[in-house]
Amino acid sequence: MGDIFDIFLLESVLNGLLLGGLLALLSLGLNLIFGVIDVVWICYAELIMVGMYAVYYFHVSFGWPLIFAMLAGILIVAAAGAALHYFVIRPVLTAEPINQLLVTGGVLFFLQAAATLVFGIEFKNLGVTFSPIVIGEISFSMPRLIAFGAALGGMLGMYLFLTRTYIGTAIRAISQDRAIMPLMGVNPNRIFLVTSALGGALAGLGACLLVLQYDIHPAIGLSFGPITFLICVLGGLGNMVGGFAAAFIFAQFISVGGFFFAIEWGYVIAFLFFIGMMFWRPQGIFGAK
Amino acid sequence: MSVGSRGYLPWIGLAVLAAAPLTGIGNYPLHLLIMVLLWGYVYTSWSIMGRLGMVSFGHGAFLGIGAYVVVMGWNSYGLSPWFGLPVALALTAIVAFLIGYPCFRYKIVGHYFALVTLALSEVTRLIIVALRDQTGGSLGATPNTALAETSWSIGALQFSNKLVWFYVVLVFWLIGLWVWKKVDQSMARLALEAISQEEDASASIGIDVTRLKLGVTMLSALMTCVGGALYAQYQLYVNPETVSGIGISLQMVFGVIAGGMYVRLGPTVGAAFTLLLAEGLRLGFGNKFHALDTTVYGLMLVLFIIYMPKGILGAAMEGMAKKSPKPAPA
Repeated sequence: MGDIFDIFLLESVLNGLLLGGLLALLSLGLNLIFGVIDVVWICYAELIMVGMYAVYYFHVSFGWPLIFAMLAGILIVAAAGAALHYFVIRPVLTAEPINQLLVTGGVLFFLQAAATLVFGIEFKNLGVTFSPIVIGEISFSMPRLIAFGAALGGMLGMYLFLTRTYIGTAIRAISQDRAIMPLMGVNPNRIFLVTSALGGALAGLGACLLVLQYDIHPAIGLSFGPITFLICVLGGLGNMVGGFAAAFIFAQFISVGGFFFAIEWGYVIAFLFFIGMMFWRPQGIFGAK
Repeated sequence: MSVGSRGYLPWIGLAVLAAAPLTGIGNYPLHLLIMVLLWGYVYTSWSIMGRLGMVSFGHGAFLGIGAYVVVMGWNSYGLSPWFGLPVALALTAIVAFLIGYPCFRYKIVGHYFALVTLALSEVTRLIIVALRDQTGGSLGATPNTALAETSWSIGALQFSNKLVWFYVVLVFWLIGLWVWKKVDQSMARLALEAISQEEDASASIGIDVTRLKLGVTMLSALMTCVGGALYAQYQLYVNPETVSGIGISLQMVFGVIAGGMYVRLGPTVGAAFTLLLAEGLRLGFGNKFHALDTTVYGLMLVLFIIYMPKGILGAAMEGMAKKSPKPAPA
């Protein structure tokens, strides 16, 4: 229990903070979709996986500069999000809610298997390395700092879009009352499509940030998917501020829990905390009764 | 189904099924038959609660407890599966109660119930992986063999003869179908269907919502736990990815959806369909196209849920009911 111990603990807390920013970005897209369309994309993390492959192929195989490869990746996932809504969600919009949940689960299987089929199971790496930044005795990994900054930037951009533009206002309005907006001259199908593309773009941005830190493989979605749903539920499905706070709470459990025990135990503690919280506040920490 | 002159049909079908392995159909078809019945039993167990509006993504937890407690008891403590299974069942009952009671008490339904149970199956998978010193982690584990000198051991519940497994699994499958029917015919089902439509109204007319839901959930969880133990003893190999976690939990849900959630043989048809599809594509294309089967499977699931939400058997029976003006079986 000397000084070294505390330094490492502090490092885990700070790394948890950085992870929290990234998780907050991931949950933002899912919350946006749920808040507006009332559908949970179980395959959200698989869209992120598609984005990671896109960035990899544009950058490594086609030799595009990283920043353009990333922009292309974001556009591709945005298009995938719109396609997902148009071809899969739209036909079941009036079906039972549980069918909407299950249908995107089918897409999860499909995307994961199709990625294995097309890209193979080998781990792929962007091959971009950064030297860590050392402040005092604590070192930060550069990709994590970039991810944290970009995630905050992305969230700020989304906030401005939703509050300052006409279509953003329409999106917020439709999330408050789905039935009345068509009467006000807003075409809900168009809003849903734009929202899905936006949710996809956020997944694409998440992909760009994850690809800097992690190897790409077809099952990578399973490492982020469950945490992202649980963060959204913990914050109150559709509640973006709640999701933001929940992401940082979750990240601390994972990071500090992983510091004291093995990394899996960090996740176990976080998930058990989630289950416990559901019983205490089933509507989410910031949800309204 | 068993009304009037057609009452003997299921029995003939059962007799043919029970006699099939005796005609020397070979090891591979017998293995497929065992897998269909085993997963048919597990899917049926899931559908007992699933069809009543409680869509659980957490059954991987119960399957994993059944498989791992029995195998670990045998490997680490020399505990016979005959004693390991009751331990696994007790643990499953505790877990199902701890997750079910608050969920039903605080009316966590729909998306929220699905996601809470999803957390449960992930917790189970992660605990199995984290206890890698005992469980072998993500590499999985093999029960210590009792078949070194003999071809079967009742004490260790290990049989090298597939025929034995066929009849064991057949019996459990029949028990599963029997339980399904009992639940289907009970007052509890009518009450629970009312609950899945309108929970508050049902509570207001005196239905004890929490108790009923909890009962059905624990029944379904315990049956799934037995399925996990059977799977582990038949395959003589367990892996955290194949018996717990989000993957297998979703697979159960989808098998049931594909076959038909609201008919008794639906889950079994779903198990047969998904298994034969996977095996057919694997044999047809060889291992050249890795994961082609799951790609097609995922695509078909999406199409099923959009265009045939009642599943294969559900849609087929609806079609038949339309042809003959006889009232459709409930």
